[in-house]
Amino acid sequence: MSNVPSDLKYISSHEWIREEDDGSVTIGITDHAQELLGDVVFIELPDIDSEVALEDEIAVVESVKAASDIYAPLSGTIIAVNEDLVDTPEIVNSSPYDDGWMFKMQPSEPSELEGLLDAESYQNEIDD
Amino acid sequence: MGQKTPFYQCHLDAEAKIVDFGGWDMPLHYGSQMEEHHAVRQDAGMFDVSHMTLVEVKGIEAKNYLRYLLANDVDKLTEKGKALYSGMLNEQGGVIDDLIVYYLSDNDYRVVVNASTRDKDLAWMQKIGSNFKVSVSHNTDYAMLAVQGPNAISKTNQILSQVQQQAVVGLGVFFAVESEGLFIARTGYTGEQGYEIMVPAAQAAEFWHQLLKNHVRPCGLGSRDTLRLEAGMNLYGNEMDENTSPLEANMAWTIAWQPAERDFIGKSALLQQKEQGVKQKLVGLVLQGRGVIRSHMKVILDADTDQQNADNIGEVTSGTMSPTLKQSIAIARVPKSIGEKAMVEIRGKLAEVKVVKPSFVRNGQALV
Repeated sequence: MSNVPSDLKYISSHEWIREEDDGSVTIGITDHAQELLGDVVFIELPDIDSEVALEDEIAVVESVKAASDIYAPLSGTIIAVNEDLVDTPEIVNSSPYDDGWMFKMQPSEPSELEGLLDAESYQNEIDD
Repeated sequence: MGQKTPFYQCHLDAEAKIVDFGGWDMPLHYGSQMEEHHAVRQDAGMFDVSHMTLVEVKGIEAKNYLRYLLANDVDKLTEKGKALYSGMLNEQGGVIDDLIVYYLSDNDYRVVVNASTRDKDLAWMQKIGSNFKVSVSHNTDYAMLAVQGPNAISKTNQILSQVQQQAVVGLGVFFAVESEGLFIARTGYTGEQGYEIMVPAAQAAEFWHQLLKNHVRPCGLGSRDTLRLEAGMNLYGNEMDENTSPLEANMAWTIAWQPAERDFIGKSALLQQKEQGVKQKLVGLVLQGRGVIRSHMKVILDADTDQQNADNIGEVTSGTMSPTLKQSIAIARVPKSIGEKAMVEIRGKLAEVKVVKPSFVRNGQALV
């Protein structure tokens, strides 16, 4: 049974979004996603300061099985990436919601936040 | 619901992630494919390979039949238990399957073919067999377990009976011995030392549990694939198929041209290919930067010349992140003119690769 923390928001493509106090958001992939992928072996992170639009392909997670695109859950600017994942991508498997975060964004369209799923809706999606 | 091997309940008990593999419910991994891979390189792991197909070839013409059926020559086999790797070809020289044949006597051979090709293999073997005084029968009495790794042999020997322990003393690589119901072969698909063991189906679970108690780690199909790829071993369907010549699949060494008077299926097609010149070969690739090479990616020999020209293009047949080397490696079919470096198109970008012999890791040691 996958862990779906109730304090996070989600999108259907198995990413989680945490709204920070300063108005930025932190993004990673869910426990369910890392289980589906298997051991993560390589992550291509977005460039800092790059401007991205909702649903752009902005990163890649490669597991022993396959490559998966990571989509921008919101429009905005990339303000930080998790450099630890470069040498130890397996953190995404061991700690998807904490040490395995992928990047931080400053959203440019705050209204898009309303389109995100809450934990219950995401849980229902992965139960189907 | 797929077919289940005699180890199926063992897999569930070990919390395997079960996937469909050619109609079989098989373990992909038991938690971490990566840790299973390392267990085989550093210690000992076990793989359920019971889905593979065991065929008994018996009869007074068994030897002549196999000499005609296979590209390698079973006449090389004279010692009981000796094994031989061979391709089974069609008339066009394409590979129907690759297999291992064990010699028991001139009229008794045991052949292990792949799981995914079972039906067509059996049909072909029986069709060709109808012209010889042989019986070709599918033996379903056994479960098969590959125990692989630097400690695989010692850990397995500890659970064998005294008689069996005596039987395996001095057993050479690519030899098998039958003892008290077990058929124990020093073969494998990982590049490590180890056994492939046929166990009567009814004893399979008990055998598994004894190995488990002796700290042999269950390993799934996922690590089986990364291990064989590091070892540079072909996977049927990836590196070769019915439209691939063994001459273009690193299998030239498995074709016995001598004695010249022996005819075998596919021989005339292969001779013609040799005369016309073989244009492609299998090589190993090692990615110089970061990323992961995957099968079917395009290989470009020289990025500065025509990237559409067939003489400049190859294709990745298998690619992965090597857990041992921590670099991406691949096997690719490329024009023979390839140099020491090439490019692979990874997700729209060209990345530099080193071109090597397709053998990356043996007995725990990096070769590249």
